[in-house]
Amino acid sequence: MENIERILKEHPFLEGMDEKHIKLLVGCASNVVFKAGEYIFREGEEADKFYFIRHGKVLVETFIPQKGPVIIRSRHEGEIFGWSWLVPPYKWHFDARAVELTRAIALDGKCLRGKCEEDHDLGYEIMKRFALIIAERLEATRLQLLDIYGNSSTK
Amino acid sequence: MATAQQNKKMVKGGPAYPMLVRPYAIRRISRETYDTFTYELTPPRGSGGVSFAPGQFNMLYVYGVGEVPISISGDPAKPQALVHTARIVGAVTKGIKRLKVGDSLGVRGPYGSSWPVEEAVGRDVVLVTGGIGLAPLRPVIYYLLINREKYGRIVLLYGARTPEDMLYTGELERWRGRFDLDVRVTVDRATGSWRGNVAVVTQLIKPAPFDPMHCIALVCGPEIMMRFTILDLEKRGVDYDRIYVSVERNMKCGIGLCGHCQLGPTFVCKDGPVYRYSDIRTIFTKREV
Repeated sequence: MENIERILKEHPFLEGMDEKHIKLLVGCASNVVFKAGEYIFREGEEADKFYFIRHGKVLVETFIPQKGPVIIRSRHEGEIFGWSWLVPPYKWHFDARAVELTRAIALDGKCLRGKCEEDHDLGYEIMKRFALIIAERLEATRLQLLDIYGNSSTK
Repeated sequence: MATAQQNKKMVKGGPAYPMLVRPYAIRRISRETYDTFTYELTPPRGSGGVSFAPGQFNMLYVYGVGEVPISISGDPAKPQALVHTARIVGAVTKGIKRLKVGDSLGVRGPYGSSWPVEEAVGRDVVLVTGGIGLAPLRPVIYYLLINREKYGRIVLLYGARTPEDMLYTGELERWRGRFDLDVRVTVDRATGSWRGNVAVVTQLIKPAPFDPMHCIALVCGPEIMMRFTILDLEKRGVDYDRIYVSVERNMKCGIGLCGHCQLGPTFVCKDGPVYRYSDIRTIFTKREV
């Protein structure tokens, strides 16, 4: 637990967060390991966690019939993934698969939602931080949709 | 505005007879992607190659069809082998596509300003590029690697639509294998067999290892990509006067006479295509310009 607390404290996502709130997070945290090729979660399953990747790489995918799995984003060491635990109906919208041995810290979403309800200061801190992540990903998704590398010249 | 003055200083030299078309022979054609090809040209017999600075472009002339401005994508230390990478999208580039090894292609140039490789001495250099934008930056990479000891960290961030749309894949692999060059590649979309990054190129900026206070950023790609790249460089703390962009406009004469490529008070063919971002910031995003 001491190790998890140190990792969480040093993570940029939690920079500036009160010590007491970090301790509350630690109470919902656990170390997890995924083998290369292992699915971390699948579309439609209950979204009960989010992850701080300590080492490795994760692909967020969706399956298109007759085409197979299409990669939407890759996630790497130092990044966070999974925010469906935060919004009803708490279901994963995509698959997540480790492409190499991946070590992460998992935060139990149910546990954390309970603590956020009890302590609204913690809830606000979590919401602020996830709002930044969601905004950044929305912007990136919009850029992806623009297909910016398509043909632009007519010469 | 000091743009024209500053950019002229970046240019090593221009053609002696700027409107003279010289017939080059196609020595080699390499397929980069389904619609993009690299042409290696040799100068007319008895004449040497024309030296150029990284970032400059030539007007390529397909006889009977027309001209098109294409950036030089070869090694500035080897001007005898003129290299251009072209995406086949219109009448002239389709005309280029029909040519074979040994055929003649008219060339006039080089024109325009160049990337600030001298100003970057002693600094980290971060190159952010997308799609075919890697082609105008490749001469910079050659230059930086030849003069490696003069620079700090060199970081290349390259984005493509899919793994199949990536240029110079063999060279990218070799560059990735070097200890003195940090190459990060990403694609916008991929299928299951791809094991690299999937994200837009701007997402590579935040974790990239460079000193934002003492770096020079060279940005080349579709204009919308450059706009978002500048936002993310700014978030990292890179000042506008240390960001350079390569602007694409409808260049015709190449010497600032015809006015087709006017960008505010400047002509892209003469004062650009490489601009210091702080010099064109006010007009860069103006829709009417």
